[in-house]
Amino acid sequence: MSERFLMKGNEALAEAAIRAGCKHFFGYPITPQTELAAYMSKRMPKIGGTYLQAESELAAANMVLGASAAGVRAMTSSSSPGISLKTEAISYMAGSDVPALIINVQRGGPGLGGIQPSQADYWQATKATGHGDFQILVFAPATVQEMVDLVSDAFDMADKYRMPAMILADGMLGQMMEPVEFKEEGEKVLPEKPWAACGHHNQRKHNVVNSLYLTPQALESLVKERFERYEKIKATEQRASEYLVDDADIVLVAFGASARVAHSAVDMAREQGIKAGLIRPITLWPFPTDCLKKAAQTAKGFLSVEMNMGQMVDDVKLAINCSKPVDFFGRTGGVIPTPQEILDRIIKFGGEL
Amino acid sequence: MAVVFERPHALADVPMHYCPGCTHGIVHRLVAEVIDELGVEGNAVGVASVGCSVMSYDYFNCDMVQAPHGRAPAVATGIKRARPENVVFTYQGDGDLAAIGTAETIHSATRGENITVIFINNAIYGMTGGQMAPTTLPNMVTQTTPYGRDVNTAGYPIRVCEMLSTLDGVALAQRVTVDSVKNVIAAKKAIKKAFQNQIEGKGFSIVEVVSTCPTNWGMSPYDAIKWLRDNMLPYYPLGVYKDETKGDRLK
Repeated sequence: MSERFLMKGNEALAEAAIRAGCKHFFGYPITPQTELAAYMSKRMPKIGGTYLQAESELAAANMVLGASAAGVRAMTSSSSPGISLKTEAISYMAGSDVPALIINVQRGGPGLGGIQPSQADYWQATKATGHGDFQILVFAPATVQEMVDLVSDAFDMADKYRMPAMILADGMLGQMMEPVEFKEEGEKVLPEKPWAACGHHNQRKHNVVNSLYLTPQALESLVKERFERYEKIKATEQRASEYLVDDADIVLVAFGASARVAHSAVDMAREQGIKAGLIRPITLWPFPTDCLKKAAQTAKGFLSVEMNMGQMVDDVKLAINCSKPVDFFGRTGGVIPTPQEILDRIIKFGGEL
Repeated sequence: MAVVFERPHALADVPMHYCPGCTHGIVHRLVAEVIDELGVEGNAVGVASVGCSVMSYDYFNCDMVQAPHGRAPAVATGIKRARPENVVFTYQGDGDLAAIGTAETIHSATRGENITVIFINNAIYGMTGGQMAPTTLPNMVTQTTPYGRDVNTAGYPIRVCEMLSTLDGVALAQRVTVDSVKNVIAAKKAIKKAFQNQIEGKGFSIVEVVSTCPTNWGMSPYDAIKWLRDNMLPYYPLGVYKDETKGDRLK
């Protein structure tokens, strides 16, 4: 049995988190993620959870660090400028092997930027959500339903691998309404966290959740151990969805909102007899290199479509080791590309191949 | 033979890295004694801050979390909201609490967050080698105020307890020092009250300990204590700045 609702993306993310066993939300207002926090402020008191509006994004993310260090499922949400402030705590969580969920409903940047949808935080999310040698799990939903499904997976994987996870959404997905289904799972059974700092009750030695290692060799070996974990994740957790890729000459690569537009452009190209297809990364880290490599055996070229100035395109080139031409089309600053402009680029790129 | 004096159970039996004459050791001991006396070691979670006391996670035997610079009250808030049954305390210096973490300090205080804050005020950044702190006294020489703190360009020190005493969420704001046996006993009493308040759900309690930093003050431990009495205590008078523990104001 399941229930079906018409919901805004931001509210669906919040409800999905609660159903995934998250009872602790720490936030700070910012457009366009507002509805998520508002939903939490309504629901959390009813289920005996915590909704806390912090004094800043810095504080909110550090409250998540504290709650997660104490062993509960905790999360925060924000939009681009706010995520920059949260990167402090994200780096500490990565360095202390503390899981958490961070949601970024992206808007245009840099600086205060704009409040319209954007994917300009791809680099930040996948390469540098803070200082130091580390990665976080990054999920890129393209529908409200997928937002719901990925929240639960993100929490589970964050716990499994003891690292922060991010849902990289955008203002379009956050604000749009679509029908969603919540699977009836009953009360979620959450994993034990024997490492958590929640009192040793005179039963064990004290737990320390810490990221400070003053001996270079100790820090190096810890980072290396973490990177071995990352290799396992890269080998087993890549996710992407493929659309008409098998016989495609031109494979579009797009995630999130831009993938929806790219999907329409592929259909338009097919109507004109152009063999286009779409690979939609669902995990941005780990990047789905395996399916890109496979597609590179048959495709003549790749076109990365993004709502930024060209960020994921580098990962597409690396994934296929530059074995085929890779083109880029993007709009930025909050502008959403149209299917027609993408189609025009497919035709132009096709002519060059 | 009767044991008349021993290491508190909550204090780890390891060498500490603190400089000779530094008062961190005394305050650590007081916190550990209070944890022992209240019987809460198994239930306590401490939050270490950034600065000289960063490695306090190795010195207290209760569970510990190390927080980013200035964020200890936010981290403690997260722990306490997640686990209200835990006894949660932060241990912070002046740079951490009154400069980079000012917002976290004020807002956890005004929320009446049910945590205990131990605040070491030695008027200097010790760990980084003696720079000006928010509590550095006017005309005091530090590495970054080599001609003395000029209030025209570097501003004035912050009196934390006085400032926090204006906030309704604060249950206890008390300033103590550990320069004498009498004051050490008084400091312990204040720390115990700050922990007891939390156990009784009374809200935010802070104990500011006016402390010395002989190394970065460039003095012997003996001279540092004397300097503390002559210079620190007149600017940071000891006393109870707020004590709301008797009423039921918060609920």
